[in-house]
Amino acid sequence: MSYTFLQNYWWFLIALLGGLLVFLMFVQGANLHLGNRTLSTLQKRMILNSTGRKWELTFTTLVTFGGAFFASFPLFYSTSFGGAYWVWVLILITFVFQAVSYEFQNKQENLIGSQAFRVFLMINALLAPFLIGTAVGTFFTGSDFTVNKVAITDPASPVISTWGNGWHGLEALVQYHAVLLGCALMFLTAILGGLYILNNVNDDVIHTQMHRSVKMSIVPFLTFFLSWLLILLVRPGYAANEDGIISLEKYKYLHNFLQMPVVLALFLIGVALLLWGIYQGAFTKKRSGIWPAGIGTVLVVMSVFFVAGYNGTAYYPSCTDLPSSLTIRNSSSSQFTLQVMFWVSLLIPFVVAYIAYAWRQMDRKKITPDEIAETRHKY
Amino acid sequence: MTAAYHWLFVPLTLGLALVMAVMETIYVIRKDDFWKKTAQYWMKLFAINFAVGIATGIILEFEFGTNWSNYSWFVGDMFGAPLAIEGILAFFMEATFFAVMFFGWEKVSKRFHLASTWLTGIGASISAYWILVANGWMQNPVGTTFNPEAVRSEMASAQAFWEVISNPVAVSKFFHAITSGWVTGGVFVVGISCWYLLKNRQRKFARASILIGSIVGIVGSFAVMLSGDASGVHAAEFQPMKLAAAEGLNDGGRRAAFTIVPGIRIPGMLSILATHDIDGYVPGINDILNGYTDNEGNEIPSVAEKMAMGRKALVALSLYRSTDDPSEKAEARYALEENVQYMGYGHLEKPEDVIPPVGIVFWAFRFMIGLGMLMLLELLVVGWLAWKDKLTGKRWLMIAALACIPLVYICGQSGWIVAEVGRQPWTIQGLLPVNVAISSLSAGAVKTTFFLFLAIFTLFLVIEIRILIGAIKKGPETSNE
Repeated sequence: MSYTFLQNYWWFLIALLGGLLVFLMFVQGANLHLGNRTLSTLQKRMILNSTGRKWELTFTTLVTFGGAFFASFPLFYSTSFGGAYWVWVLILITFVFQAVSYEFQNKQENLIGSQAFRVFLMINALLAPFLIGTAVGTFFTGSDFTVNKVAITDPASPVISTWGNGWHGLEALVQYHAVLLGCALMFLTAILGGLYILNNVNDDVIHTQMHRSVKMSIVPFLTFFLSWLLILLVRPGYAANEDGIISLEKYKYLHNFLQMPVVLALFLIGVALLLWGIYQGAFTKKRSGIWPAGIGTVLVVMSVFFVAGYNGTAYYPSCTDLPSSLTIRNSSSSQFTLQVMFWVSLLIPFVVAYIAYAWRQMDRKKITPDEIAETRHKY
Repeated sequence: MTAAYHWLFVPLTLGLALVMAVMETIYVIRKDDFWKKTAQYWMKLFAINFAVGIATGIILEFEFGTNWSNYSWFVGDMFGAPLAIEGILAFFMEATFFAVMFFGWEKVSKRFHLASTWLTGIGASISAYWILVANGWMQNPVGTTFNPEAVRSEMASAQAFWEVISNPVAVSKFFHAITSGWVTGGVFVVGISCWYLLKNRQRKFARASILIGSIVGIVGSFAVMLSGDASGVHAAEFQPMKLAAAEGLNDGGRRAAFTIVPGIRIPGMLSILATHDIDGYVPGINDILNGYTDNEGNEIPSVAEKMAMGRKALVALSLYRSTDDPSEKAEARYALEENVQYMGYGHLEKPEDVIPPVGIVFWAFRFMIGLGMLMLLELLVVGWLAWKDKLTGKRWLMIAALACIPLVYICGQSGWIVAEVGRQPWTIQGLLPVNVAISSLSAGAVKTTFFLFLAIFTLFLVIEIRILIGAIKKGPETSNE
């Protein structure tokens, strides 16, 4: 196996994990409804219990996504996490609160009250997709950092990756192109959340609310997403030639789509599936919209990652120092490590199979008031 | 700090996982609902603890990148494979079967549920193995080649990979950590059960739990001792400074004495523990500073000499990266390869920087061993009396068992301090000191997040303890016999 193949393969897996993560953030989208005043306490509890059985999968995918980046592209991990510090710390804090909120919210002894923990879940529901979307948005806008590997020989300032400003990532919040992706992701998860609840919970009032919610999210989602896409297609991108020299290229991302027809096809199929799923959830009585929308989401996110990293593109560009930009060639682990990980990754289908089997068993019965009453461990 | 907090929640997870898996197995074999309810009760406590373990775990993972930027580049290639294996094999196993274990009682078959309970614990243990492979490598960086092009440690061959995953430090650490988790779980279960006996509630449940808890804890205790012995030998071999600090040993030698507490010493014991030979040489802090000859006859250079070689390595690396002259490059590479094993020493300011805080490590070591022995004694006595059904009326013993719960945590944290404070100033032994492993963040930013997480985790800890106490007061659903 060549080094290039292995680097591409691991970028593919990162893209796949990214796609799955966005899909699984239906958990966040659904939790937005914990503040819905039309729903009764029991109905909110049904939603909470429905997402409460899936959140760990989302959380684990996030952890694995981070771990996979660390393992396969460690220079990204050290540069972005250590540099765009505050954005990542904020994302983490929302997930930390989410991790305890399910278990703690319904307990009398929780010190700060049930409502507080539900608010934590909603903060996570709003901020996590927005911030993750914005952080990924900087894959296209570029960030303010330099990478100097010789620095480690200088005892006075030994850090290899340094961030150029004191905002440490918060500056992304004023980069409109990155923010557009953040907003698009936030509304996408709201849609996916609605579609998931439609599928997983049996309750007429909840269904009406979910149809409404999906409908209301369509316009903002499409506005943000299409604006982001349009700007992406006309903006210059950071190209890396065969020697790894980085330069700005006009319409780089448009070129990437056109020069990689398979990626373009994946993207278009993904968008079509997503729209079909949304249509089912918003305008028909069907409850299975989450499946086409979910698969569509995975394909769209994957193709966005492909466009960011393949075809000689710097996926984490530095706008202050072009040569510091990260590509899948200059930021990866060694060939041997990627190869070992390749063999390990062949177990993934087996893992997916047992997850699917376990959840088929668990989801045979939809969530209803009776189901909640008989379930032992509930939130 | 995050690691220490994480370590508060992990041992109970590992220990309770085994206790409840054993209980559920008895339920499936005997088809007796009593065991089902008993297992379910401990699962309830497990869930409360697990949530905080997950919360601290995610921060721990990402902190490598956020606060230890240089470190994560330097080791990324070494940790890649272990972490990938951990993610793929363990994380999803734990997450999926955890959900089945909690929500699946009424939805899946008995056997599938039992398998899920076991798989949750096995997943957590597999996860611990791979993360300790990474930790073990930091303590004893085997199988690594420094690549001056990439400026990092790399795993270059199948043999190197094998060395990393079978690193003796990782193996002994794994068994030490897992089995100390069993002790924690055992002491926790026994202590809580004794509380029920004190209150004269749930006697059948309490006795059954004490039996299972004490067996798990006793097996764990003996395994902890064995793996602890191996850890001591490895420390002597790979991290002699850690051992010297743990012993407060300034000047070493052959037939070195083991200090029980200052003033009480067993002659020759330290040599036996560290080298399994009464005549084995154990270097003290001064010997390590000044250089010594080890048990294999190797001359170990003084720290000052190591620092000089480390600086040569850094200068050679800098030259290698900056020059285009092929012969100069070749010379620089040669000089680098000659001295690279001491590269980390090149970052130190003075030889004394290699000494960890001796007082803390010394006392933590004593707390760990002393409390560990006490835990074993408690488990043996309470377990034996429960077996003979003679616990009734022994209030003092039950109060002692309850008091052992905080003590087992102090024991575990002391172990963590010995391992992690004892290896200061290194993040990676000999290769990367803490002050070079960092991100380029202002002290203010680091302090802010430190206190923020400290506050958040402390809040979670307080809430967890309150909820646990609430759940304990409420009690299991077994009949109140």
